[in-house]
Amino acid sequence: MIAEAGLAALWLAAALALLQLFLAFTPGPIRNGSRAVRAVAIVEGALVLFAMLMLVLAFARTDLSVLLVAENSHSAKPWLYKLAGAWGNHEGSMLLWVTVLGVCGAMLAIFSRRLDERTFTAALGAQGALALGFFAFLLFASNPFARLDRPAFEGRGLNPLLQDPGLVFHPPTLYLGYIGLSVAFSLAVGALITGKVDSALAKAMRPWVLGAWILLTLGITAGSYWAYYELGWGGWWFWDPVENASLMPWLAATALLHSVNVLAARDSLRAWTVMLAMVAFSMSMIGTFLVRSGILTSVHAFAVDPYRGTFILVLLALYVGAAFALFALRSGKLDEGPPFELVSREAALVGNNLLLTVILGIVFVGTLYPLFVEAVTGDKLSVGAPYFNAVAVPLALVLALLIGVGPLLNWRRDSGERLKRLAIPALVGLTVFAILLFAFPGNGVLPKLGLAVAALLMPASFLPLLGRKLKRTPLTTFGMVIAHFGVAVALTGMSASEMFTREVLTAARPGEDARVGPWLVHFESVTPVAGPNWTALQAELRASKGGGVSVLKPQARFYSDPPTETTEAAIETVLGGQLYTVLGKPAGNGRWQLRLWWKPFVTLIWLGGALIALGGALALGGRAWRGRRLRHES
Amino acid sequence: VKGLRFLPVGIVAVIVAALVWRLANPPDSAIQSQMIGKPVPQIAETAALPGKPAFTQAELRDGRPRLVNFFASWCVPCIAEAPVLAELRKQGVPIVGIAVRDRPEDVARFLSEHGDPFEAIVADRESKLQLAFGSAGVPETFLVDGRGIIRMEHIGPIEPDEVPSLVRAVEAAR
Repeated sequence: MIAEAGLAALWLAAALALLQLFLAFTPGPIRNGSRAVRAVAIVEGALVLFAMLMLVLAFARTDLSVLLVAENSHSAKPWLYKLAGAWGNHEGSMLLWVTVLGVCGAMLAIFSRRLDERTFTAALGAQGALALGFFAFLLFASNPFARLDRPAFEGRGLNPLLQDPGLVFHPPTLYLGYIGLSVAFSLAVGALITGKVDSALAKAMRPWVLGAWILLTLGITAGSYWAYYELGWGGWWFWDPVENASLMPWLAATALLHSVNVLAARDSLRAWTVMLAMVAFSMSMIGTFLVRSGILTSVHAFAVDPYRGTFILVLLALYVGAAFALFALRSGKLDEGPPFELVSREAALVGNNLLLTVILGIVFVGTLYPLFVEAVTGDKLSVGAPYFNAVAVPLALVLALLIGVGPLLNWRRDSGERLKRLAIPALVGLTVFAILLFAFPGNGVLPKLGLAVAALLMPASFLPLLGRKLKRTPLTTFGMVIAHFGVAVALTGMSASEMFTREVLTAARPGEDARVGPWLVHFESVTPVAGPNWTALQAELRASKGGGVSVLKPQARFYSDPPTETTEAAIETVLGGQLYTVLGKPAGNGRWQLRLWWKPFVTLIWLGGALIALGGALALGGRAWRGRRLRHES
Repeated sequence: VKGLRFLPVGIVAVIVAALVWRLANPPDSAIQSQMIGKPVPQIAETAALPGKPAFTQAELRDGRPRLVNFFASWCVPCIAEAPVLAELRKQGVPIVGIAVRDRPEDVARFLSEHGDPFEAIVADRESKLQLAFGSAGVPETFLVDGRGIIRMEHIGPIEPDEVPSLVRAVEAAR
């Protein structure tokens, strides 16, 4: 019954999405139309949420008469991973996608009260159109509730790499972020239809962009850390196509986040903001397509299915094509709003947007370039880290410098007086750069520049607070300061780990010692151990640098359902960085391959990511609180 | 400037076209041998089982195109491929075999159970020939033309519906 109830809810929700689209675009009295659309959107969101819960329930009970459960779960799996198994596969993850889309539509219907009625109705119509396509995809090409004629005796299990707390949170967080951007997209479409692109639209769009951006930031940061400790390769970013697929919406959302502020505060950058809102969600859809169709060679090996790929591609072409066609036809009527001068907050934010857009273009071209080349010439090639680092990183550093400048400028026109405050941070940055140049010749110039820019930005990010009464400073300003400071922290981690990481690959017998960086690692023993659904060989390492001894236990694990080998790195986090150890294969004569890394400051990368998200959360909270207070006063 | 507003639509169209092309032409992850278009390597190995002739590099240049089939008695897909090889033989395609990492008695048992389509078989006990041909596994089949040049590589078992095109390819290599 559970599966059938879920499926029925899904069909009903799909019908309501159709109704929502129909009601929104039928001519008639706007007032009633908008009420009906609101109600429909809310019920639709509730129904699809119910369907998702039914799937989670089927996984929680390991109902092996459901095909999806039998293929992806196992009765012996820990319960947390049973639940996570509901979205650790194609059908389940697409249901999650549609669920978030539906719930976003419902929340838009509930919370957006201040927007122009017509724009709002059109936006809900656009949201309904989006949902409808993905409902069709789910029901016709990826039914998660399909039954088996005869229940399976036992499930096939979940890929052990995915049996990790990281998987429980990483995909849903990213999905929430991806799809949160759909609301910005729908609002942009609605505003283009009615022609009302103004500061009210920006204010309605802003919390969605901010919320989605926070979740994308968290999702990418968590995904990066998960890959770092679970895959056992010791790296935190690989410029893999699927990673890029998550980075591109983030870059677009970051640009949008800043331009939407210009539109809200100054009623400027109208067409550009609308355009960015469309680009951001388009990037989410392209990302989903790249991931789900499996057409790009990636470490994220998802199941490849040309029929499903075609289906999503048709949806993508339809939605993105229609949105940009609408933009081409309607944006001519928009003027760009009040002018501003070259030295102004607006100009700095335009600079931010240009740089982010160019970086987005670089990542996009690099990700799809092999595909274009093969389509035109038939040659196969791959684009890797050297391209992305050489082309995108210098621009990112310029952008980081601009972060120090922009918040110090006034809207519209500025004398540049407050820029003098940057003198001390600039001096700090230059000093750091000079010291690094002398102390570490070689190593390349980019990481040194990165550390110098980070050293400049760390104090500079706090300058907007200088001379202000902190008690009367709005929470959003603190949010901005913390997010910008987070950028400096992450940049420090990236550059420092790039410059100072030490790596040792050795074949050692138990009893022998190895040295990596400041650490002396004593290889104690290798013993077999067992977990709930795996067995493992576990090494015991005693690591010391000066003071006390830390014990690390890296494992080589063997899962039986499905049969898979994984490496479980053991990581010791100290104040200055991380010691990262991996147990490899036997190397003969009683020796074992050991891979040891000393990664100074590497933790700052994810700490920075968390700070950026925290800054976003403070800004969102600050706006919500202020909005409430304003409503109470009026 | 007015036309510029249609630029995003154009970009989307180009991207969608490229993605459609990719869906229609899925990426081929198999690694093709680098030996295609080159002469067959030196064959110093011996016969795979007593009473069955071996073959040499020189014999592959005698003007008759052939299929060179890498197989093994321990390879399950090779069992599936055996009837297809028999069919090719029936249609007049000369086939020689290379038994990879195998023992004579196992090869003999394999051939008696699943049929022997081979004119000659050499033993490749340490996969040296396999490496020299640029083959990555069993079964794999190479088309060698009358002048001893490797013309094509077929990775994995030959399927029944591939027989006609393979027969034509052998004809064309004459």
